[in-house]
Amino acid sequence: MSFPEQHELHKRRFGRNLGLGLALVALGVLIFGLTMAKQVARTSDETQTVQDQN
Amino acid sequence: MSDASLNTASIETGEAGFGDYFALLKPRVMSLVVFTALVGLLAAPVAVHPIIGFASILFIAIGGGASGALNMWWDADIDRIMKRTRNRPIPAGIISEGEAFAFGITLAVMAVIMLALAANPVAAGLLAFTIFFYVVIYSMWLKRWTPQNIVIGGAAGAFPPMIGWAVATGGVSMESLLMFALIFMWTPPHFWALCLFMKSDYKEAGVPMLTVTHGRRATRVHILVYTLFLIPVAIGIGFTGIGGPVYLAIAVLLNALFLKGAWDIWRRDEIQAETDGYRTEKRVFTLSLFYLFGHFTAILLQSMLAPYGLGGW
Repeated sequence: MSFPEQHELHKRRFGRNLGLGLALVALGVLIFGLTMAKQVARTSDETQTVQDQN
Repeated sequence: MSDASLNTASIETGEAGFGDYFALLKPRVMSLVVFTALVGLLAAPVAVHPIIGFASILFIAIGGGASGALNMWWDADIDRIMKRTRNRPIPAGIISEGEAFAFGITLAVMAVIMLALAANPVAAGLLAFTIFFYVVIYSMWLKRWTPQNIVIGGAAGAFPPMIGWAVATGGVSMESLLMFALIFMWTPPHFWALCLFMKSDYKEAGVPMLTVTHGRRATRVHILVYTLFLIPVAIGIGFTGIGGPVYLAIAVLLNALFLKGAWDIWRRDEIQAETDGYRTEKRVFTLSLFYLFGHFTAILLQSMLAPYGLGGW
């Protein structure tokens, strides 16, 4: 079984599609990192509040 | 990197590449936005988590880039006329006006929402206002209407350090307003120096720059007068919470050099300038870039020295 030959449009737009794909992956990683950072900040705030109350 | 850079492959195939879309974001302007916003963020008296800080600067950069794309969409007609801009992706026929508009508006909305989520609504609101100011107030309204276009429109480029400061503090303060004022007052002499040696571009495009409406002598006078207004702002920052002895020393030196440059421009006439190919005007334009970079580097340096007891007053 062989793969069908790649359409000319895909060859022409390869750089653009690759760039967009990488940008979307980077955005996903960034949003994950942001979620973690915000979660850590919230947890430390809550811990601080409990310590202050005690 | 030039904001008019293009992929040679795009010209051969007629297909816009990733680099062409990136060129729409005016990367050179974006680098100034990133740097000043970063200084605003780091000079603020509140620490920010590195990931939140990085993401915020990225969204500010994307927002700034989006306003660049929307500016290119609106100004495509005059960009085709001016030598400096005719290789941009839209006038070069690589990206259509509609595509540039869609690209710009999508990135603008995304950047504002993401900054609100990553940092706070004040920073996001300032970013949204910056994009609105650059695209609607400056590009659509002032640029083709009044020779004061660059004076009022310069505010758009002055907001990034305020946004950076707001990311950290969640508000606006005297220090962030002074950083705004520094860029706001610096923009007119910086741009008018460029206008003096980009002789025919604005006239051919029908943009009412000061050189076109009031003449070149008046522009030289304006450069000197605005420099005199700029100096107290630049030196004054040295006596605030973000200033200090290091900043003050650098600011005094840079302002002395810039004043000398503005004085030299004022003293010359067109015959002298034509004779040496606008050497002084070009030198002052380059100096103005170092001037702004130097002041913000000094603010950054001052804040980095603070933990070692060498901070402000």
